[in-house]
Amino acid sequence: MIKKFDKKDEESGSGSNPFQHLEKSAVLQEARIFNETPINPRRCLHILTKIIYLLNQQTLRRMCYLTIKEMANISEDVIIVTSSLTKDMTGKEDVYRGPAIRALCRITDTTMLQAIERYMKQAIVDKVPSVSSSALVSSLHMVKMSYDVVKRWVNEAQEAASSDNIMVQYHALGLLYHLRKNDRLAVTKMLNKFTKSGLKSPFAYCMLIRIASKLLDETEGGHDSPLFDFIESCLRNKNEMVVYEAASAIVHMPNCTARELAPAVSVLQLFCSSPKAALRYAAVRTLNKVAMKHPSAVTACNLDLENLITDSNRSIATLAITTLLKTGSESSVDRLMKQISSFVSEISDEFKVVVVQAISALCQKYPRKHSVMMNFLSNMLRDDYKRAIVDCIISIIEENPESKETGLAHLCEFIEDCEHTVLATKILHLLGKEGPRTPQPSKYIRFIFNRVVLESEAVRAAAVSALAKFGAQNGDLLPSVLVLMQRCMMDSDDEVRDRATFYMNVLQQKQKALNAAYIFNGLSVSIPGLEKSLHQYTLEPSEKPFDMKSVPLATTPITEQKTEIAPVATSKLPEKLAPSRQDIYQEQLASIPEFQGLGPLFKSSEPVQLTEAETEYVVRCVKHTFSRHMVFQFDCTNTLNDQLLQKVIVQMEPSEAYEVIHYIPAATLPYSQPGSCYTLVRLPDDDPTAVSCTFSCTMKYLVRDCDPNTGEPDDDGYDDEYVLEDLEVTVADHIQKVLKPNFGAAWEEVGDEFEKEETFALASVRTLDEAVGNIISFLGMQPCERSDKVPENKNSHVLFLAGVFRGGHDVLVRARLALADGVTMQVTVRSSEENVVDVILASVG
Amino acid sequence: KSTEPSLYTVKAVLILDNDGDRLYAKYYDDTYPTVKEQKAFEKNIFNKTHRTDSEIALLEGLTVVYKSNIDLFFYVIGSSHENELMLMAVLNCLFDSLSQMLRKNVERRALLENMEGLFLAVDEIVDGGVVLESDPQQVVHRVALRGDDVPLTEQTVTQVLQSAKEQIKWSLLR
Repeated sequence: MIKKFDKKDEESGSGSNPFQHLEKSAVLQEARIFNETPINPRRCLHILTKIIYLLNQQTLRRMCYLTIKEMANISEDVIIVTSSLTKDMTGKEDVYRGPAIRALCRITDTTMLQAIERYMKQAIVDKVPSVSSSALVSSLHMVKMSYDVVKRWVNEAQEAASSDNIMVQYHALGLLYHLRKNDRLAVTKMLNKFTKSGLKSPFAYCMLIRIASKLLDETEGGHDSPLFDFIESCLRNKNEMVVYEAASAIVHMPNCTARELAPAVSVLQLFCSSPKAALRYAAVRTLNKVAMKHPSAVTACNLDLENLITDSNRSIATLAITTLLKTGSESSVDRLMKQISSFVSEISDEFKVVVVQAISALCQKYPRKHSVMMNFLSNMLRDDYKRAIVDCIISIIEENPESKETGLAHLCEFIEDCEHTVLATKILHLLGKEGPRTPQPSKYIRFIFNRVVLESEAVRAAAVSALAKFGAQNGDLLPSVLVLMQRCMMDSDDEVRDRATFYMNVLQQKQKALNAAYIFNGLSVSIPGLEKSLHQYTLEPSEKPFDMKSVPLATTPITEQKTEIAPVATSKLPEKLAPSRQDIYQEQLASIPEFQGLGPLFKSSEPVQLTEAETEYVVRCVKHTFSRHMVFQFDCTNTLNDQLLQKVIVQMEPSEAYEVIHYIPAATLPYSQPGSCYTLVRLPDDDPTAVSCTFSCTMKYLVRDCDPNTGEPDDDGYDDEYVLEDLEVTVADHIQKVLKPNFGAAWEEVGDEFEKEETFALASVRTLDEAVGNIISFLGMQPCERSDKVPENKNSHVLFLAGVFRGGHDVLVRARLALADGVTMQVTVRSSEENVVDVILASVG
Repeated sequence: KSTEPSLYTVKAVLILDNDGDRLYAKYYDDTYPTVKEQKAFEKNIFNKTHRTDSEIALLEGLTVVYKSNIDLFFYVIGSSHENELMLMAVLNCLFDSLSQMLRKNVERRALLENMEGLFLAVDEIVDGGVVLESDPQQVVHRVALRGDDVPLTEQTVTQVLQSAKEQIKWSLLR
């Protein structure tokens, strides 16, 4: 920093007007203080100011502004510079005003900002476009620092938006949006005004399109709204930038029909043959995204896409090929794969991942081609982007049972040479899960045991776990596995020895229940929650042993889903174990004294909207389930700027034997600031099967009218109420999803002591898919063994569901479905607690 | 995709020379917070782009638009969600402005002799990541550099100017 300043000043000290020779040397003298270490910022700034006054040459003054901006981070005392900049900002030389404003705003803080507020407002509506733009953009930068001050300039920004200059329009629109974006009504009004008044600026149009799409997305607006019409009309704009933005926006909208997509696609098709590479690239990239959801919409472009395979820009060529892979037929697969193999080494890593992802999707479509794809992928494995490929192979194995043996074989070969610890452990985990179920599990044991001997500690530990699974599943392999385990108990690493000893002991018991609990299905509790509970336990001396049931369960099941492989900027920061939503709620509720004695939080639901969109008050509810109570959290927002609400509660009238115990009000709800109030309800003790209830909800509060501009409320108010939609509590609210990787083992473990079975006819359901979907969402349990996917053209299906019922009781459901003139369903429920079984069956009925 | 609509569209503006070394770099956010990471990124994109004439690529998850002339490579970087044509507009504005200011002589030596012009031009085109101006005529007008400002009689002054300019080049680069 010092060096920079010093050199800078030499230039400004010496490159001056020769007529100011004397002063120049005096300044040069003073400039020597910059060579001092440590540098004295105050004096340096003083000198700098002198220079600004002194030297007239345009370049220099402008360079000084630049320097000030660059230095904004280190200088503390900027008052002197501020006053000179303020002078320049309002001075006669137009060419200085813009840059002076931008420099000033870099070094300004909140108090100073208020001092120059008047000048800023004038600058925003100035007739000179560069001044106006500079003021608007600087205001935008300062929103983070002083939102309240900048918000007062809304009217000036509004006026600037009607300027003729295309950049000023863009900046004004951007600032207005940033100031208003939390207020959906204001944004809608703004959009309506601008879409009708016809702006000229293509940049502003792009911004408008983005705002409109975001609004459509948030309000889940239908595609017959004026917002959609506006975006669609932009497809016919004169400027390509706008046309492309509109096409891109339409393509990214969820729930677009083929008819709505058609004009966007035809525009993109035209771009494919543009001489500008950027346009071709943008078009092909967007068509690629369309092809993911609506391959048929893109087939019209197949010819243009084939032309792009040989494009000189490799990114374009790759995108063209992967799009064709999505929309092409089975016979074209071989030809396309050959073309890709020939250039795959030249494309960047991001695009290799895109290609691999396309192949993964293709395998689902054409399962018979899996051998061709596997070969291709296996060859690619020799390069660096191994992880994406391993994921792809794993997902092929999971989706397509026929490919399992070849896939596992390829993966075994891979880990022989693999140096990536993470990949090796992932593959070992998979081998442990899938290997025991193959016809000849013993052949995998060799691979696994080699890893125990040869690799790093983390891999050895994973190998031990995998071996244990083989031992637990296959009785004939058990003696060999026990021998291997014994050798592992001599390992040099603690973790490996601990695991070996643990598994050895469990396996020697030869009990299925133990195997299920400790080897097959792991911990299902939330890790931060476990840490907290253990800590709590150690603090309070107690006779009772630690109860796992008191630990809240992990909310997101340890997932088997495919990870979205998309080009993503590589994260530079280390990933911390982020607290889940549930942990955050637990903290919030624990801080409220009335909720202290409720015990651990079992489950929190997704938020439920209790008001329609665009109403005066927006209320949504989160249902928190405890072991004998429920807490309803109502997040309320007041969208009326002429009202202040106080002592807000939501009164609830239950339809069943639920008892409302307590209301915790939200103290005050000013305009547009969300607040929460709570209602505590006790669950009925006498009838454990009463799990559902409907509550009619009314918001009750004290209203004080207030001045919309200042927010000052009147002195007195009046009581009022606002009726909300009814709130449903269903059986799903009492159940937490838990994934059991090995459902069969878990089924055996729970045992049939409290098993019950019933058959139902599902009258209104026509397809197995629909039935499966309904059951999963109704019961709120986790589908296991991928049984949520019904294979095509099947008339029967078995669905496995797992969960934990409030109170910590495991519950498992096996539903056999048959399709024959309507759907019949035979439901078998097992749990460690009889009441739970009754509850489930009663709810389904 | 529901990315927040924003005026902040440009992540960086870079100019590299024939060997991929940095001549000018301005990063507008902390995607690459340290100089080390920035240089690694520049090396990567140079390797992938200097052989081809292709204008646009997706590298390290970011959209990179580029243009080269004789011995200079110009880059504008944005997130992969940005409108690629908007980034091209920024690139073209930069290139065309410089072309006018250097009297069509867009090559390394001429650029080094006119670094102040470059700094001021970029400052007029992008401010803190927001596109400020897209018309090269406007940019040139606002920079209003008169190349023949320096009185030729004062040789010593010219020499000092020359060396000072060299020094600025290094010192104002971060």
